[in-house]
Amino acid sequence: MTNRKILAEFPYELKPVEKGYNRRTLYINLSTKDIKSRPVSDLMIDKFVGGKGFDLYLMWHAVKDTTRWNDPENEICISFGPLCGNTNYPGSGKSIVTTISPLTDIPVDCNVGGHFGPYAKFSGWDAIEIQGKSDEEIIIYIDGDKGIVQILSAPDEEINSHILAEKLIAEFADNPNSYQYVSVVSSGKAADYVPISCLNFSFWDKRRKVARLKQAGRGGTGMVFRDKRIKALVVKYSGLKGDTNHPVDLETLQKTGLKVHKEIEELDDQQNRMRQVGTAHLVEIMNDYDLLPIKNFKYGQMEEAKGLASWEFKKLFTQGLPDGCWFGCSMSCCKAVDGFIPRTGPYKGQKVTVDGPEYETVGGCGSNLCIWNPRDVVELNFYCDTYGIDTISFGTSCAFAMECYEYGILNKERTGGLDLSWGNADSVFELIHQMGRGEGFGVIVGQGVHKMKEIFAREYGADPKLLQDIGMEAKGLEYSQYMSKESLAQQGGYTLALKGPQHDEAWLIFMDMVNNQIPTFEDKAEALHYFPMFRTWFGLQGLCKLPWNDIEPANNAETDEPAKVPEHVQNYVDIYTAITGKPLDKDELIRQSERVYNFQKVFCLRMGKGRRIDDIPPYRAVGPVTEEEYLSRQERYDKLLKEKQGIDPEGKSTQEKMALLRAYREDQYQQLVDAVYKRKGWTKEGIPTIEHLKSLGMDLPEVVEVVKRFL
Amino acid sequence: MKKFLNTYDEDCIACHACETICARTYFKVDDLERSRIRIEEQEKSAHIVTCNQCETCVKVCPTLALTVNAQGVVLLNNRLCVGCYMCIAACPNESMFRYLGGIIPIKCIACGLCLDSCPTEAIRIEEKKENEK
Ligand code: SF4
Ligand code: SF4
Ligand code: SF4
Repeated sequence: MTNRKILAEFPYELKPVEKGYNRRTLYINLSTKDIKSRPVSDLMIDKFVGGKGFDLYLMWHAVKDTTRWNDPENEICISFGPLCGNTNYPGSGKSIVTTISPLTDIPVDCNVGGHFGPYAKFSGWDAIEIQGKSDEEIIIYIDGDKGIVQILSAPDEEINSHILAEKLIAEFADNPNSYQYVSVVSSGKAADYVPISCLNFSFWDKRRKVARLKQAGRGGTGMVFRDKRIKALVVKYSGLKGDTNHPVDLETLQKTGLKVHKEIEELDDQQNRMRQVGTAHLVEIMNDYDLLPIKNFKYGQMEEAKGLASWEFKKLFTQGLPDGCWFGCSMSCCKAVDGFIPRTGPYKGQKVTVDGPEYETVGGCGSNLCIWNPRDVVELNFYCDTYGIDTISFGTSCAFAMECYEYGILNKERTGGLDLSWGNADSVFELIHQMGRGEGFGVIVGQGVHKMKEIFAREYGADPKLLQDIGMEAKGLEYSQYMSKESLAQQGGYTLALKGPQHDEAWLIFMDMVNNQIPTFEDKAEALHYFPMFRTWFGLQGLCKLPWNDIEPANNAETDEPAKVPEHVQNYVDIYTAITGKPLDKDELIRQSERVYNFQKVFCLRMGKGRRIDDIPPYRAVGPVTEEEYLSRQERYDKLLKEKQGIDPEGKSTQEKMALLRAYREDQYQQLVDAVYKRKGWTKEGIPTIEHLKSLGMDLPEVVEVVKRFL
Repeated sequence: MKKFLNTYDEDCIACHACETICARTYFKVDDLERSRIRIEEQEKSAHIVTCNQCETCVKVCPTLALTVNAQGVVLLNNRLCVGCYMCIAACPNESMFRYLGGIIPIKCIACGLCLDSCPTEAIRIEEKKENEK
């Protein structure tokens, strides 16, 4: 080992996982250098299941009502869930990271691939809880082969992830043939300076012989990590087999997994081509449907966007490799660009392998900024990852700054000489490198949209109303990369999401806008109940969402509810029981999620958000803010005025029509919120009622105590 | 050149002798589910299912547990296998097999033992060019 002091050491007994659980969690305090094992109670399993549920439970008991992201008691929790780590069912290797976010002040949760989660779980832990702050740079090392946890000094090495991950893998692996048994969690230089930061979870790619990086992207986890002076978490585990998760019914698990492997084998090339281009297949679809964000979500479609279509990325992605972020993921969506040579920044001219870009990155770092060259998007993706920046928040924040530049709120004087005109990739590169160096206007952009709004109003006298309308954030988190203007349900899907506007709770645009399957408020509310609950379940178990509906059985369209993919729902019920031995059906699955979802809601309230006023979208997410937006889709909006509002647009000025449309849409949104809260068992103010909590079995004293403050 | 087991369904009388010898040799059991060659009985005929060393599975294995030896035979390294069964799904000939209780798939390694047990020469070790299917 190179130049490391052991600052603390904790030997523990190695025990096999039983039915998906270790029944203990790992607690590490970086201030006191205390490391301990904590038992997992029946209550935790019964009510919180695992994964995000365990994370939130542990964090709830660790923080105070007043805790902010950089307080020592704030935690980074990483948990895995009972289904995590099985190698049989596609998409079973996810970790869930939570912390009190520097962007939102409430808990944020990220679902991330890579080998760290399963290896840490099989090393003996159902969750890892990191509290306190170190006074020097450290690495936390879990040796799952020997049963030792160490806090090690880390004075020397690089911080940027693409270098650090490989260096640590080489250092901690037994020999060069066993790199695949080590995984690293790290962030990057920018996370020292900007909250729009992320964590990278590695997996060793045996074919490419590089460390691949998957991101826990949203909400600023990287900044909390670096604030604790953690350089990396490293795990080593060499014992993985086809039954390490010790399921009670291996046969069912294997057969169910095999069935989906075969579906993917037969149907993926005709369906979403995830194995060829990953989620980038969405770019052309979104552009066709006017849903791809362009110029800070002003427009959803542009001829130029074809330059970012998946066929362009397919030329860059190495084809034909099993690109799963965990073993057994035959969906293999983690595409990579090999031999990429950046044209800017500290790694200019060096050959690197870049993970992605995924759809969100193409939207954020490409179309939303009018950057149409796929290689520039790949390069921004590379630097975001290695610097520890979230590509989504980066994209939305840059787009906001560029729009402010367009309106003269910003100018070269204010940006330190940067011309932030749409499409100026060189300036965007400079912004990202400034974030990596912690200097210049890049650091302002890296504060995220919410802070920028405050700064631009205060320092530059910008109109706060305009900033509010075009600043694509809610609760402090930037919107991810879909246009929700024409889908009321998706406006709710985004803005009612507990952690802030991320599409992982609900993606209803096609159901709502394209197929008109959920016409009434009640229909939309039902969808905004069911899908967030169903998707929450993946986070409780350690699963990936993609193999649920990015591949569908051949006969799915003929089922009662194709949007739910009923056969796959049954698969999940079956593998849950096959692993844990506990009975489940599709209704109890939803109840498992509802318990944790409501707990998270109350947690948000406790930390100061989660009320109705926090669920308001910026108008850009709802309708046209500017005349040019209205006029660009005038036919659509005029028609809506006539058909939905019974108003004749003839003879009215654009401003008048915009005001009428706005009043209507904002009212519709409020009616939607009423319907959704009611469906979720919450008051009109968005507070879970005691009766509802009781009916879920979540009337825990600490929860009721918080709720009572708001009733 | 690549060594592989060629099969002649029209000669197969479905006596299952090949399966028996294969399962006995590698697993010391009479359970035909453990054989790396399988005879599917159809109404009037039989179909011999076994690996033709096409290497499709080699490309999908995430751990590089599947490799090709000097004779062109695809071998599975048990130590590296994590039992994901992606190779089973990818095999175009359905000749990568699983069995009850197993965590590692099994496939024909063209050892040729079954040849001698076959009374009709329905299985023969032959050679083909690398890229022939
Ligand atoms: S679908 Fe993609 S992201 Fe999900 S587990 Fe598989 S490879 Fe990872
Ligand atoms: S097991 Fe199947 S995929 Fe693999 S070499 Fe044999 S025939 Fe080809
Ligand atoms: S089951 Fe084993 S040999 Fe087959 S693809 Fe998976 S790891 Fe490779």
